[in-house]
Amino acid sequence: MHMADALISPAVGGVMWAATAGLTVYSARKLKQEMDERKIPLMGVMGALIFAAQMINFTIPGTGSSGHLGGGLLLAVLLGPHAAFLTMASILTIQALFFADGGILALGCNIFNMGFFPCFVAFPLIYKRIIASRHGKPLLMAALAASIVALQLGALGVVTETILSGISELTFMTFLLLMLPIHLAIGIVEGFVTASLVGFVSRTRPEVLETDLVESAGGKGISIKPVLITLILIAAFTGGMLSWFSSSNPDGLEWSIARSSGDRVLQSSGGRIHALLSAVQKKIAFLPDYNFRKDEPEEPAIGERTKEKEDPWPSVSAGTSISGLLGGAMSLALVGLIGFGIRIFQRRK
Amino acid sequence: MASIESSFFDIGRLDVLSSKETPIHRVDARVKVLTTIYFIVVVISFGKYDPAGLAPLIVYPMAVMTIGNIPIRYIAKKLLIASPFVLSVALLNPLLDRSPALDVGIFVISGGSLSFASIMAKYVLTVSAGLALIACTGVDAICAALARMGVPEAFTVQLLFLYRYIFVLGQEAVRMARARALRSFGNKGLGMSTYTGMIGHLLLRTMDRAQRIHLAMLCRGFGGEIHHAPSSGIRPSDLLYLAGWSGLFTLLRIYNLPVWLGKELGRLI
Amino acid sequence: MSHHLVEVKELKFSYPDGTPALNGVNFRITHGESVALVGANGAGKSTLLLHLNGYLTPQAGSVRIGDIPITKNTLKHVRQVVGMVFQDPDDQLFLPRVYDDVAFGPTNLGLPPDEVKLRTLNALALVGAEHLRERPPYKLSGGEKRAVSIATVLSMSPSILVMDEPTSNLDPRARRQLIHLLSEFDHTKIIATHDMDLVLDLCSRAIVLREGEVAADGPALDILADRELLDSSGLEKPLRLQGCPICGNL
Repeated sequence: MHMADALISPAVGGVMWAATAGLTVYSARKLKQEMDERKIPLMGVMGALIFAAQMINFTIPGTGSSGHLGGGLLLAVLLGPHAAFLTMASILTIQALFFADGGILALGCNIFNMGFFPCFVAFPLIYKRIIASRHGKPLLMAALAASIVALQLGALGVVTETILSGISELTFMTFLLLMLPIHLAIGIVEGFVTASLVGFVSRTRPEVLETDLVESAGGKGISIKPVLITLILIAAFTGGMLSWFSSSNPDGLEWSIARSSGDRVLQSSGGRIHALLSAVQKKIAFLPDYNFRKDEPEEPAIGERTKEKEDPWPSVSAGTSISGLLGGAMSLALVGLIGFGIRIFQRRK
Repeated sequence: MASIESSFFDIGRLDVLSSKETPIHRVDARVKVLTTIYFIVVVISFGKYDPAGLAPLIVYPMAVMTIGNIPIRYIAKKLLIASPFVLSVALLNPLLDRSPALDVGIFVISGGSLSFASIMAKYVLTVSAGLALIACTGVDAICAALARMGVPEAFTVQLLFLYRYIFVLGQEAVRMARARALRSFGNKGLGMSTYTGMIGHLLLRTMDRAQRIHLAMLCRGFGGEIHHAPSSGIRPSDLLYLAGWSGLFTLLRIYNLPVWLGKELGRLI
Repeated sequence: MSHHLVEVKELKFSYPDGTPALNGVNFRITHGESVALVGANGAGKSTLLLHLNGYLTPQAGSVRIGDIPITKNTLKHVRQVVGMVFQDPDDQLFLPRVYDDVAFGPTNLGLPPDEVKLRTLNALALVGAEHLRERPPYKLSGGEKRAVSIATVLSMSPSILVMDEPTSNLDPRARRQLIHLLSEFDHTKIIATHDMDLVLDLCSRAIVLREGEVAADGPALDILADRELLDSSGLEKPLRLQGCPICGNL
């Protein structure tokens, strides 16, 4: 589920980074208020444990394929949501830096998909509720429900972020249909594993769990507000983007939009929010223009910051011209030669 | 469980690389982090169908790796290992998008192929830059840098602890996995109960260890907060590094060097 | 009364689940003494040690370090005076570089950075580990880890060194080096150990714990020669004092 930098756009990456950063600051502050200093070493070693556990695969019964523990929910149960979020964030950071498992800019997305959903959504809203209700076998049901939801939401996050970035050609539905079933299966297994691990701990070290459950029952627990606000903001943003996107989806409309200038695109899809978004996009140099067509000369417009060298079909832009390919190959060769040269020089020293 | 062992060995290898002494290693960690981030932003801001424009940007990871004495083959291998997911998504592009984009005389390159190339180019650039960063900057330096740039210490300290104990936990996991493997007589794969048993015991040991660490911390006067050791300041050369690279990236983003080069070459021919 | 005094009076302690651990322990250790705390596993050695720096609070009885009773307010001071080193160095070396770990203590004491640096380098020098200061802990050998974990405590300039199984998991050379190192310290030393030969080499006095009580407290040589006492406490004589393997004589 780790997303790579190559598949996201700066806009999506930036937004998710901002959301994750906000959550990180919030969690850190909450932890400080809690003042449970025992958590500091515990978070570190638990993080290391989950990290190591993620490298041990179990066979999914019946399918023969293997999966591994995500860990977000387990951490939330054992450490509380804020500490768990920070721990997941740290695990994902190490994975991104050392194993290139997920990009650095995509960290914002990944921490959100695999940290926010289990710790701040599934755990408080589902797991704790079911445990408190004491219906039937609360632990198993709580863990199952929470894991499944967390993973489905995470998968949904991946799909949304990828589609909104517009780099992959996958359509929303196709990608969704690919991701959701797989993550349903993983979620089920993770639910069982989490339940048995939590059960194990509750039998052998019950005092560890007591504190968290007491915290929740006591009413202080976790405030829903920041969760809701974040979700609403993201929903608004994605809603705006999605509606704009879907109105220009490939069905011939796209080509006609391509012919017109940027402004006319917006007017045809209507909506003030789209105008705002496009104006913002124009101003900021590094947001990709999804379907804006420029009157392209062969040379890229000098000084004009909002250039996109590409155009939707059928017209061809400078960036993909033959000159471009030639020049690209040349640059690579040049850099390669220089690099070689430096290496040889170094060896000689 | 060879994968676990090799993973930890791998982190160790990166750690060794980061303790070398080269001009790149000496650059302030904050500067390196910022430069890398800006690099990645510039790279992924390139258009979907412009793989060529990305080409000159390879100069940054190349420079860091050569001057920083980081074995390129090693980085290339890691790139390869981490590529399957991106590759599989990117490969769908040429399949889904067959509209013609470029007429090269004999054949026509589809838009999907261009976007595929673009994605893979972006992948190589962003991932190599990230690996280069970690290979020439130690984890503790990065954490201290992040803390000084405003990241909450609860997180940066957690990163340090996590990093530190990955090795310890890793060894425990390896020992446990090995012991299990020796008694499983060829039955590949972990059944659910074995798996949860293993992880469960590791979990308990981990919690006990956390308690002992906490004890050790208390014995040394720990009062609830850990701070990063103060590090040296930013030198003019560091600022030059940041400004120089950022300027180059920005220029390469605005002016399409490959197009120009290609034209000049075309004119010469 | 010098502040190098450790005084334990009628110390009683049971674990939260009810298992009694210490049942009225009494002893008094004076400045510069080198005392071994011996006993079988489960006799209560570690539990006793944890009272000496206030990590555990007695349910009855008292612990004084010098003139100071151990209370919530005096904890910080006590922990500076009593330096404790545990069995597993991995539990004590939790920062990325050796230097950071050794500097952790003095930093927490609030000392200025120059002083911290001085203390850290001194402590590393004392254990012969200066060259290791930029190493990450996972790269150290068992003996090096042990030496460094001692340094982490020495940098706080304690007067009393308390150690739990210092020679466990060390190869013979590392062990010998450690014994040599410890013999050069003139701190008051309290060492919980199974290594009876260590006791012979290093300690002038031994306290034998058996089932939470002091079974004997006296000169080490006397105790180590008392086969019945050792036997009933789950211990043995030091290997050096056991029968000659060839002729069977003592």
